[in-house]
Amino acid sequence: MKNLALVAYLDIKESLRARWFYVYAFVFGGLMGLFFISGITDSVVMGFTGLSRLLLVFIQVTIIILPIFILITTVKSISSDRESNVLEYMLSFPISLKEYYWGKLLGRFATVFFPVIVALFVGVAWGVFKGGDMPWAMITLYSALIFSICSVFLGIAFLISTMVKSHDVALGLSFTVWILLLAFIDIALIGLMMQNRVSDELILAIAMLNPLEAFRIGAIALFDPELTVIGPVAYYLLDSLGHTFLMLYAVLYPIFLGVLFALFGYTIFKKRDIL
Amino acid sequence: MNIVEARNVTKSFMGVRVLDDVTLDIALGERVAMMGPNGAGKTTLVRAVLGFYHLDGGTIRVEGCDPVKERVKVLENIGFIPQMPPPVKLSLSELLTFVHRSTGAEKERIIEQSEAMELDLKGHMDKPFFKLSGGMKQKLLIAIALAKRSRLLVFDEPTANLDPKARERFYRLLDSLDYEHSSIFITHRLEEVEGLVNRKIYMDLGKVVEDEKI
Repeated sequence: MKNLALVAYLDIKESLRARWFYVYAFVFGGLMGLFFISGITDSVVMGFTGLSRLLLVFIQVTIIILPIFILITTVKSISSDRESNVLEYMLSFPISLKEYYWGKLLGRFATVFFPVIVALFVGVAWGVFKGGDMPWAMITLYSALIFSICSVFLGIAFLISTMVKSHDVALGLSFTVWILLLAFIDIALIGLMMQNRVSDELILAIAMLNPLEAFRIGAIALFDPELTVIGPVAYYLLDSLGHTFLMLYAVLYPIFLGVLFALFGYTIFKKRDIL
Repeated sequence: MNIVEARNVTKSFMGVRVLDDVTLDIALGERVAMMGPNGAGKTTLVRAVLGFYHLDGGTIRVEGCDPVKERVKVLENIGFIPQMPPPVKLSLSELLTFVHRSTGAEKERIIEQSEAMELDLKGHMDKPFFKLSGGMKQKLLIAIALAKRSRLLVFDEPTANLDPKARERFYRLLDSLDYEHSSIFITHRLEEVEGLVNRKIYMDLGKVVEDEKI
């Protein structure tokens, strides 16, 4: 596995020069700047003030932006490498497919995870500078949640890249997965719930299988341990799962899914024609 | 000793048979010109030798190893130059690190080979590979392939981006290789590699239709 670190390192170096990386870093850095300018740390909404409010807004925006950025940039770079024969050349060197695949994944993970974490820490530093307390528990949980959301969407992106060879189809599929997880599943489940055809427990179980939903619940649970903002469903979730399990689930389930998707992608990569 | 052994190799894409029961051996020391019209199956055969494709039927062995199952072992002894230099985004320094760490080829040797092709790398080490001119890219790919000192050299139209002088230098470099090796040149024009090869294979519609020693 001597080449795994080499592939990861070179992927990071390559990404740091790529235009998408600058846009990505600018979006998250810019978000923080926007929050400072708009005075989010100074405002009070529904009892949330200062740093808590800043982090809450940041995490809500992250739910929308992070998945689509990871999906699009990852499938785009892998499929364009294949179409432009970069993959053909790089894999004509004695590197195992395992080293190449997992090295690329590790490199890509570093480049999508760190800008968001850096933006988070810049926000916290600003909040502390403005007189807030250092919210260690919140920072730890948010870092863990961002880690887990990066894992699951990177896993999905690598799976799509190995399944689909066409650049356009891969991009289309990425958009579909994103919009499905972000909104369509919830809309469909709300419809089912209103019709009373399926048991509520089943609907909630399906909703919680959505990694974005798990992330969302985890993020809310830290500010609002009773989950009052999500209404009566909160009683069911907290009674049946408990607060601790819910938090563990929100962090670990997306990581588990991400690893599963990535492993599935690797199996396809190994078993199918590379080009 | 055969360096490549292909037996009844068959490969289809979307129902079209691109390699149709191809059987051929390439012995150590043989230098083969592989010719044929577009779509004849030349590049597919070479890619199968490099382990990029799972065959529908038949077997390929490179020095006795399966290119798919033992790809690292097989590729340790293959130097490959693609038809078009790919737009690799690594800088030259990173690309040379990648080649050195993955194959053991010394960077100094690559620089030497580049200089023999009249390509000065030293002033361009931080430049991304894809920003070099077509000729410079091709020269560097040639230098890398030769610096590996592989027992099998695979060239897919290697001189397509080279001017006549650079072609001459490339031929001279190949002539000066001081170790036993085999090479495959995919080409449309035999006259381009005539002095370098001792065997020609003509493919059409996925089959070997002509195979003769020169």
